[in-house]
Amino acid sequence: MIVKREKLNFWERLYAPAVLGGFKVTWHHFARTVFRSGPVTMEYPEQKWVVPPGYRGAPYLVKDQAGRTKCVSCQLCEFVCPPKAIRITPPGPSGAPGAGNVEKGPAEFEINMLRCIFCGFCQEVCPEEAIFLQQDYSLTGTSRAEMIYNKEKLLALGGTHQDKIQKWKHKAEEAQAQDVFPVPPAA
Amino acid sequence: MHLTPFISLAAWLPDFGSDGNLAVMSLIKIACLLGVLLTMVAYAVLVERKVSAFIQDRVGPNRVALPLIGSIPVLGPFLTRLGIWQPLADGAKSFLKEDFTPNHVRKLYFWLAPAITLIPSFLTVAVIPFGSNLLGEQMVLADLDVGILYTFGIVSLGVYGIVLAGYASNSKFPFLGGIRSSAQMISYEISMGLSVIPVFMLVGSLNLGQVIAYQADGHWLAFQQPIAFLVFLVAAFAETNRLPFDMPESETELVGGYNTEYSSMKFALFFMGEYANMITSSAMMVTLFWGGWTLPFWGLSAPATTLGGGLLHIGIFLAKVIAFMILFIWVRWMLPRFRYDQLMDLGWRRFLPLTLANLFVTAVWLWLTTTAATGNPLPK
Repeated sequence: MIVKREKLNFWERLYAPAVLGGFKVTWHHFARTVFRSGPVTMEYPEQKWVVPPGYRGAPYLVKDQAGRTKCVSCQLCEFVCPPKAIRITPPGPSGAPGAGNVEKGPAEFEINMLRCIFCGFCQEVCPEEAIFLQQDYSLTGTSRAEMIYNKEKLLALGGTHQDKIQKWKHKAEEAQAQDVFPVPPAA
Repeated sequence: MHLTPFISLAAWLPDFGSDGNLAVMSLIKIACLLGVLLTMVAYAVLVERKVSAFIQDRVGPNRVALPLIGSIPVLGPFLTRLGIWQPLADGAKSFLKEDFTPNHVRKLYFWLAPAITLIPSFLTVAVIPFGSNLLGEQMVLADLDVGILYTFGIVSLGVYGIVLAGYASNSKFPFLGGIRSSAQMISYEISMGLSVIPVFMLVGSLNLGQVIAYQADGHWLAFQQPIAFLVFLVAAFAETNRLPFDMPESETELVGGYNTEYSSMKFALFFMGEYANMITSSAMMVTLFWGGWTLPFWGLSAPATTLGGGLLHIGIFLAKVIAFMILFIWVRWMLPRFRYDQLMDLGWRRFLPLTLANLFVTAVWLWLTTTAATGNPLPK
């Protein structure tokens, strides 16, 4: 493609429109910052950004409403994780007694936040909705070891998931219902 | 010009003989001037950062707080937000950083270059009259009769530091920066020198004090010689390597240009040299075109006879210099950078003919007016 170079007129060759236009733009911004609305930037540690819903922050483990760790150490997230940031040591203690025939949880669950790329594949792949990318975007530590979050820390940061389906609760109720099912009297 | 002063500084000091008195007075003035100049350099950096921030919708430096002053209820936080203490932190940082000398440089020249850049920018201040009288002393370090020639001579030395830095660094980008700098500064030196000749034709003297005396009562030369002033202004931008003519530095294409290999205090010296150059250029423009320390009203054009008047004149001069500094800073964000060939084109093919034409027209006009006034076809 050939762009035809326009001939500049006399004023343009004097750089007059460029100077005036430049002054107009800079003065507009200067006046807006100093006299009117102030700067558009945020002063970070004091002012923090409101994280929008659906934001992909750091992945944390969650508990269900009954306080049970939802992870069943199936290791799908460990396998899918592109930077291999997750390491799971299965199996842990068996699930809560009141939660039906639940699988065993992980003995240890570590996410290396220095490796994590916040892609969200772990959340995507999890069959138990046990791991979620949450709102934290500013993770700091003074050592590499400190940036490897263990199960306890992940659970504490993750909080409770307000699960609508509550699969294991329904399974437990079903099992109880079968226990009390009235046996038909002998003919 | 020597009026009876209200108080005389010379009367307070012991007598050292005529030469000794001159030396002592000059030393006192040098110390004060250098102190003010260095403070202005430090705060010019702060103003640059703040104004740049405001133009870019940002806040600018607002963190450095001093332990005691920072805890004064309203004033402390206000000063901190203004970034008043930032230059202290910047200075301390320069001293504390590692002074790294790369292995491939030519060591002697590498060490010399920052000093050679800084010294000329300080030397030019010597001839600038920064006030009228204070405590019986004329407020100029060296009242040279060839003031402007001295200035141009010294300013041309400034380029050696940059070229030397480019050569000594022994790597591509600084070398290119140094070469560009030499071409640019030599080109604009010519336009700059030619642009001030009409000024001296009007004034009839090369002494900067005389130039100011000529401009008393608002006969500022910027109105009589607008073309000379504009060319001088643009050339000053080129001479100080400021945007839109920052060819030697060219952060975008030369990774910082001539100072790429420098760090710590050696880099800071280049930085200080650049800002000191801006201040001296501003001071030159104020002196040559905007009436120096004079103001056309309230009798402020006459040399001061009182302490307050002397201080006021220095204040007027500083205010004018600061206005030019803000112009320097502001233009940085107003105009896109010139390409190297556009810069050369502007210097050689626009400004050189323009200044020559201006010189010619001024000469003819002066000749005609003197002929009309004296009736003599050849002015004496």
